[in-house]
Amino acid sequence: MTSDTPAGRRFRVFNRRRSAPSRARRRLGAAARMLAALALAGGIYTAFAPGAFAEDDTQLSTAAQEGQALFNNSCVTCHGLNAEGVEGRGPSLIGVGSASVEFQVGTGRMPMTRQEAQAEQKRPVFDETQTKQLGQYIQELGGGPQIPAGDLTDNVKTNPEALAKGGELFRLNCAQCHGNVGAGGALSSGKFAPSLHDATPSQIYGAMLTGPQNMPVFGDNELTPEQKTEIITYINTQIQNDKDPGGIFNLGGYGPATEGLAIFVVGITILVFTSLWIAGKS
Amino acid sequence: MKRRRLDLAQVPANVGKGVDDRYKVATPLRGLLNKVFPDHWSFLLGEIALFSFVVLLLSGVFLTLFFDPSMKEVTYDGPYTALRGVDMSAAYASSLHISFEVRGGLFMRQMHHWAALLFMASIVIHMARIFFTGAFRKPREANWTIGIILFLLGFFAGFTGYSLPDDGLSGTGLRIASAIMLSIPVIGTWMSAAVFGGEYPGEFIIGRFYIAHVLLIPGGLLALISVHLGLVFAQKHTQWPGPLRTNDNVVGERMFPRYALKQGGFFMAVFGTIALLAGLFQINPIWLFGPYLASAVSSASQPDWYVMFMDGLVRLMPAWQIDFPIGDGYVLPPLFWPAVVGLGALFTLPMLYPTIEARRTKDKGSHHLLQRPRDAPERTGVGAMAFTFFTIATLSGANDVIADKFHISLNAMTWAGRIGLLVLPPLAYYISVRVCLGLQQHDREVLAHGVETGIIRRNPDGRFEEVHQPLGPVDDHGHPIPLDYIGWVVPKKMNRVGALAPAIKGFFFPVETLPEAPVSPAVPSVTGPSAREEITSGR
Repeated sequence: MTSDTPAGRRFRVFNRRRSAPSRARRRLGAAARMLAALALAGGIYTAFAPGAFAEDDTQLSTAAQEGQALFNNSCVTCHGLNAEGVEGRGPSLIGVGSASVEFQVGTGRMPMTRQEAQAEQKRPVFDETQTKQLGQYIQELGGGPQIPAGDLTDNVKTNPEALAKGGELFRLNCAQCHGNVGAGGALSSGKFAPSLHDATPSQIYGAMLTGPQNMPVFGDNELTPEQKTEIITYINTQIQNDKDPGGIFNLGGYGPATEGLAIFVVGITILVFTSLWIAGKS
Repeated sequence: MKRRRLDLAQVPANVGKGVDDRYKVATPLRGLLNKVFPDHWSFLLGEIALFSFVVLLLSGVFLTLFFDPSMKEVTYDGPYTALRGVDMSAAYASSLHISFEVRGGLFMRQMHHWAALLFMASIVIHMARIFFTGAFRKPREANWTIGIILFLLGFFAGFTGYSLPDDGLSGTGLRIASAIMLSIPVIGTWMSAAVFGGEYPGEFIIGRFYIAHVLLIPGGLLALISVHLGLVFAQKHTQWPGPLRTNDNVVGERMFPRYALKQGGFFMAVFGTIALLAGLFQINPIWLFGPYLASAVSSASQPDWYVMFMDGLVRLMPAWQIDFPIGDGYVLPPLFWPAVVGLGALFTLPMLYPTIEARRTKDKGSHHLLQRPRDAPERTGVGAMAFTFFTIATLSGANDVIADKFHISLNAMTWAGRIGLLVLPPLAYYISVRVCLGLQQHDREVLAHGVETGIIRRNPDGRFEEVHQPLGPVDDHGHPIPLDYIGWVVPKKMNRVGALAPAIKGFFFPVETLPEAPVSPAVPSVTGPSAREEITSGR
């Protein structure tokens, strides 16, 4: 309401009073408007923004409390007291979700033995219930992706196309690092893509969802949940259950490298001994 | 009508006479069948290559009956469910058809591939034998060169065969081949466009590679193998030095019947080994690789082992790109050095080696007697150097698999390869020359002083000395008269000079009775502890 505002418009908006208000009245009105604006802004803020002490009043579920106890014993050194991460040791776990926890802890990668290029898979430290509890704690703490319950593979009998589609998606998205046969492969500087031969469907799903270690995240926008289950179907049926013809030994599925080794170790060795034998018979 | 009685014993003679009456083959055949071949196990290594080539021809002909060398797009509708409904080329579909539907097709495919690997492996092993024994010397330089060309042809036969199924792996290999062509200055783009009929991958490459793989290259191989063997016949086989063997004769077995029978048996052994490999070990599971898509490249995509050295050299090459400020700017990519210059040098230098060595040693004579590796230390050193280089390059071609499986950093593997490629070959040269000289020295020592008996004698003055068994006559003082060094095996143990009866060695019990141990008149046979006496050297 500056002085260059057209008079007609001002009067159209505020046309209740003809004369200008008194000085005291103006002051009082300004103060009231100020108070109302502050109350509105503060109210909106308190309604929408997370409070500084939010988790103090939200009650963790029993499973999450168990998980918190485990977390405080085993994870807190690197991930910090409230999973906020410790500089130079471990990342924040806010928002990673239970999917990440169940993958990392369930495959034994976490807790890590030592800081290195990549956490190795090993015998899990926590059993399945404890892993779920830890996951529940991290989930309630910061939210994030979760591994869906239920069967994560397609039935090849009722949905025969899933296998071929999964294979195509696997070769396009996974084989670059894990190899066409899922045997795993090297990345730079000691990092690697592990073999897929012992991965369970939920682990594969969790890995795609959360991108553990050096793996990229395949969120639901990149690969829909249906495509994920198709890939798992392919890995499970074709690679793990080894419906693979061509002999007793598949030489690890490492391609021509081990085939070249085999021709010397098996073929040439047998034939050199044969030639020794034949030439000795004179 | 008078019945003639058939005299069975006369049938071969009659047939032979009938054939000779018509075709006059007795004289040339007699020479051929009586041809003498020296016998040593290492002379059979080349035969492995020959016999695996026969297996390659046989299994390859079988595969051509079902293979469709076309890049026409089809949708797979075969029994392999994991690819059903996937778009692919007809070549890949027919490879799947061979693998899953043709009776024995997968076995034949695997046999063909294993035979190819064995063919190349035995060429390399055979070449090593020829090199380290000096069998390439005059008059056999041309045959050595033909051998190198055979390896080169095998290299291209293998590569074209690797590309034919048009699976994910072979397409990746083709992409690399096209990149290598493109890296050649000036003619690169023209060459690639000519080979692929336009931009990679085009629609012709499988058909073109097919005709090269089934006609042109095997034709060349067959022709060169014939010349190779013909030269062995004409120039006669080399032999090891030894009793009665000179530079002017050949001591061995007649071609017929013994040598021919042995070769027949060995052919069966090679055939059987390839079949064993094909039945037990999976090779190139193309159904897991999927049809070729430029966007789908698997990790651990390697060529077959005999191309891997080139892949390794490419992996080890630093990214040194040369920019020429000509016109719009011209680039010489680092790929050019290992893949084009390196490959050229690695095939040309060995071809010239016989000439280089003859010039260096000023040796113009013909050689039909072989040399043991220790008797030509420099040559052995050069060979060790070459094989070290080849091995490091080959291992570097698989360095991602090695890095992953042995938990080594891939970067460390690359640097180890780069440093190893420069440092290890000279080291191998030095070590092998020293080992050769040491072995030679030991042979000379035994010839001069006799075999160590392991018996320690104490002299009256308190000194200890080992008793030596002289290999030849002794002089008036009982000292052995030094024997000449002829470059052949020197016995180094007492049971090699008849101290023990030859034992039955090996798996099969011999038909012949073993000869009794000859009893030396100087040394009474050992009967027991009570009768044991000091064995003297005759002093």
